[in-house]
Amino acid sequence: MPDDFLVRAALGALGVAAAAAPLGCFIVWRRMAYFGDATAHASILGVALALGFSISVFAGALVVSLTMATVVTVLSGRGYAMDTLLGVLAHSALAFGLVAVSFLSGVRIDLMAYLFGDILAVGPADLMVIWGGAALVFGLIGWRWSAMLTATLNPDLAQASGIDPKREEMVLTLALAVVVAVAIKVVGALLIAAMLIVPAAAARPVARTPEAMAAAAAALGGIAALGGVTLSYFWDTPTGPTIVCLAATLFAATALFDVIRRRAG
Amino acid sequence: MTAGALIEMTGLHVRMGAHDALRNVDFRIDPGEIVTLVGPNGSGKSTLLRTIIGALRPVAGEVRRAAGLRIGYVPQKLQIDPTLPMTVTRFLNLPRRQGAAACRAALADAGVGDLGARQMSGLSGGQFQRVLLARALLGNPDLLLLDEATQGLDQPGSAAFYRQIEAVRRRLGCAVLMVSHELHVVMSASDRVICLNGHVCCEGRPEAVASAPEYRALFGTGTGGALALYRHDHDHDHDHDHDHPHDHPHHEAVE
Repeated sequence: MPDDFLVRAALGALGVAAAAAPLGCFIVWRRMAYFGDATAHASILGVALALGFSISVFAGALVVSLTMATVVTVLSGRGYAMDTLLGVLAHSALAFGLVAVSFLSGVRIDLMAYLFGDILAVGPADLMVIWGGAALVFGLIGWRWSAMLTATLNPDLAQASGIDPKREEMVLTLALAVVVAVAIKVVGALLIAAMLIVPAAAARPVARTPEAMAAAAAALGGIAALGGVTLSYFWDTPTGPTIVCLAATLFAATALFDVIRRRAG
Repeated sequence: MTAGALIEMTGLHVRMGAHDALRNVDFRIDPGEIVTLVGPNGSGKSTLLRTIIGALRPVAGEVRRAAGLRIGYVPQKLQIDPTLPMTVTRFLNLPRRQGAAACRAALADAGVGDLGARQMSGLSGGQFQRVLLARALLGNPDLLLLDEATQGLDQPGSAAFYRQIEAVRRRLGCAVLMVSHELHVVMSASDRVICLNGHVCCEGRPEAVASAPEYRALFGTGTGGALALYRHDHDHDHDHDHDHPHDHPHHEAVE
């Protein structure tokens, strides 16, 4: 019989995988793969702020990632490329975060826990946050899906259809910020980047439409989440990295499938 | 607004960063008209189109659109990232579902009736442009905007594409505003030509614009040669029929 903490870990990982799937597809399509990394670095600053002002880590991370999302959206397309912006923000946020942490005398924080997550420590309240965040993301994406997809294809094409591409970009980056903040507790700041990108990339060869790719990413992410929790229990390995290892294996499998299919075709 | 105009712009001034892309431009287009924008690179042709769709906001001047105006837009370049799986049919249904019959009809109108199930990334340049045209036709537009829609097509390909545009205009009765570098296309297919260089240099019937000194000054000897070639062909046609007066309107001659 599985233990309670394992069930909670599995539910938490599933929630993150589900919310990350559609957003991860947009990240891949828009070539903003470093958004996850940048927010991960920035979240250190969020953790420091949270401890300094005695607010929850989730709230601190959310504030910082929302700020970052806003800055990225406002500055992109004004002479800065997306990767440059993300690079500038990631490293400055990390530096500011480490400096801020040094001011917190007498507070010992386990940065490793925030970087790599502690999924086995997920409590009922964390599950509420995770699934609440996932529901918010689903609602947002479901509502704006077609508009965001059109804006991703071409901003002018969206504009001609009466869609404001800048607004869609803002909605997307805000949703990303929510997912990153939510996932910090579960897979950690560094591994959320992997959960966003790896299942979406693994889904690409098996999909013919954007919707199919998002669904496949959710399925593959779910398999990696459940499988990773199970395997880490039996092999006594760290859970977050085990989930990502499984996702990477799935990516290798679909990539191989794609190569074989192309050879055959 | 003057009665009947689809778009009317007066005193339009558009700035791109520190650069004045358009200065004091007056422009109108009426239902069913084919208008072509010509001008050197950086003369504000795309800027004018992007202002019409609302992607750019003028710093001065007015843009008035007819109530309920439906615009079909074919952008200058559209790169679909290979990481984004997209069938032709799915693309046509963005951002609004259009129904299978409407999609098939639009593809047939654009001359690519059998491509619905193909991936966008697997299309040839000509097929891709025609799918863009099909998508622009789906909303039953009153005004079709084409921004160098034949970029990257060879000469037969672009000639075929513009024949398709003329056929579409005849069938649907929509107005067409296009940017083109291909002067022979301008001469044969347009009701009106606007020569742009940050401001409207000259405009009018294709023949009138081609002989305007402002136009000559802008395009220099290179296009002068192309025009001479064209005129030669044209004169040749007229040689067979001396009943025509010499100043016979050009667009009637090609219809």
